[in-house]
Amino acid sequence: MSGAAIVRLSGVGKTFANGTAAIERLDLDVREGEFLTLLGPSGCGKSTALRMIAALSEPTRGTVSWSDANGRGLAPGTIGFVFQEPTLKPWATVAGNVALPLKLKGGDAGQIAARVSDALARVGLSDFAGSYPRELSGGMKMRVSIARALVTDPKILLMDEPFAALDEITRFKLNNDLMAVSSALRMTVVFVTHSVFESAFLSNRIVVMTSRPGRVFAELTIDAPYPRAEAFRTSPEYAAFCRRASDALSQAMESRPMEAKAVEARP
Amino acid sequence: MNENEHMSATARRDRVLRILLPILTILVGGVIWHLVVRINDIPPYVLPGPGLVARTLIADWATLWDSLLVTLVTTFQGLLLALIGGVGLAILFNLSRLVEYAFYPYAVILQVTPIVAIAPLLLIYLPQHLAVLACAWIVAFFPVLANTTLGLNSIDHNLRDLFRLCGATRWQVLFRLKLPAALPYMLEGLKIAGGLSLIGAVVAEIAAGSAGAGSGLAYRIAESGYRLNIPRMFAALLLLSIAGIVIFFALSALSHLALRRWHESAIERES
Repeated sequence: MSGAAIVRLSGVGKTFANGTAAIERLDLDVREGEFLTLLGPSGCGKSTALRMIAALSEPTRGTVSWSDANGRGLAPGTIGFVFQEPTLKPWATVAGNVALPLKLKGGDAGQIAARVSDALARVGLSDFAGSYPRELSGGMKMRVSIARALVTDPKILLMDEPFAALDEITRFKLNNDLMAVSSALRMTVVFVTHSVFESAFLSNRIVVMTSRPGRVFAELTIDAPYPRAEAFRTSPEYAAFCRRASDALSQAMESRPMEAKAVEARP
Repeated sequence: MNENEHMSATARRDRVLRILLPILTILVGGVIWHLVVRINDIPPYVLPGPGLVARTLIADWATLWDSLLVTLVTTFQGLLLALIGGVGLAILFNLSRLVEYAFYPYAVILQVTPIVAIAPLLLIYLPQHLAVLACAWIVAFFPVLANTTLGLNSIDHNLRDLFRLCGATRWQVLFRLKLPAALPYMLEGLKIAGGLSLIGAVVAEIAAGSAGAGSGLAYRIAESGYRLNIPRMFAALLLLSIAGIVIFFALSALSHLALRRWHESAIERES
């Protein structure tokens, strides 16, 4: 299901101006078509890694390389990014928010409108195109944010703890819907979370990270077939995956940064 | 639904009280004013009663109205220039840090120097109309500048990142992100500037009036003062207050219309 690496982080390190080392010697391949989750405690640099993939942040050491880079960086619209908050323009309607990436690129208004309504249909918000963000619930705002990320038909979707602020019922619902959308579109997704359950439900591959400085601690493959539905959430194999991910996470949190490379767990 | 009816009845009563109470307190104030003048038998050249002020307002309406128009035109011109200058300068400051470092001190100097002290100087250097306009502009433009600058700097960092990811140009960031985000701040600045512009115009007119020329409402006040026509002074003062109130409400309404769909400040919450 997953193919060649489309983006490769090799020996990546990030030290902030105040001297904090967020990430050290991070090696990571993102393969075409996979759902990769970066799982780790807060402060393990997983969001920083995601921002470096998006070129929103420059690594202080190492390189982030794209398989089809032409040396001039990525074309706008290659990356869909979903932030931790919905990050919508409060002064624009739902449709206006979703249209933003296309409008910035410029193009035929009719075509933009068609793609916006496609993206809204995909997240189930067709009826709310004319609403303003403040009129929506937290979960709906996040759907708008996802629709905006999908509207450019991105090569890769980067999601930075998108559902962390939502209640559990809404989170499960959005997990199911994200699963449906990403399987339908066969998208490459890099998903950052600190929720074991979320990571086991969504991913092909979970990369567990240690904190301060952030580094890969373990890697787990979740080989249950897609698309996974609500039934998977209550299955014994899901419980087993969760336990493995949870064990790896607690080991990662106990391990000293120096010992990290000694444990190369692969269940 | 009984509860809903009850809620809307409470809301309606609240709205009526909001309009009725201020009118009532102003009426009571007028009555007290009237009684103080009547009981103490205060002569009109010291303190005219509200009735006499109202009669003077009607009797001198033609003169006062013309003067009011002169002052209002200056006020609005000052406000318009303040809007253009304040927002323009704020954008310039936002685009270039160096420009901001170089010119922000001038903006502050203009703001902190009392306008009463500047007005006589301006009257020497500029034709009278321009001097009055310059005073209105000087006091009105700073709140627009300061608020718009704050607004332009208060954008959501994630949205800024999103614009970067989309390959937005500098102008797209300005027009599609920074200016809309700054709009509530800008309108708040304009609300303050409206009152200040009127004050600036009045101060300059008074300064000009004492130099022997001018026909604005403030000049009427100064002139009436020299002639000991105190009732007319009060009538002109009353008109100025009303003009200030109308300007404030007009700008508040403009702000509400522009923001009512999306900004927290303009949204009425049901509790």
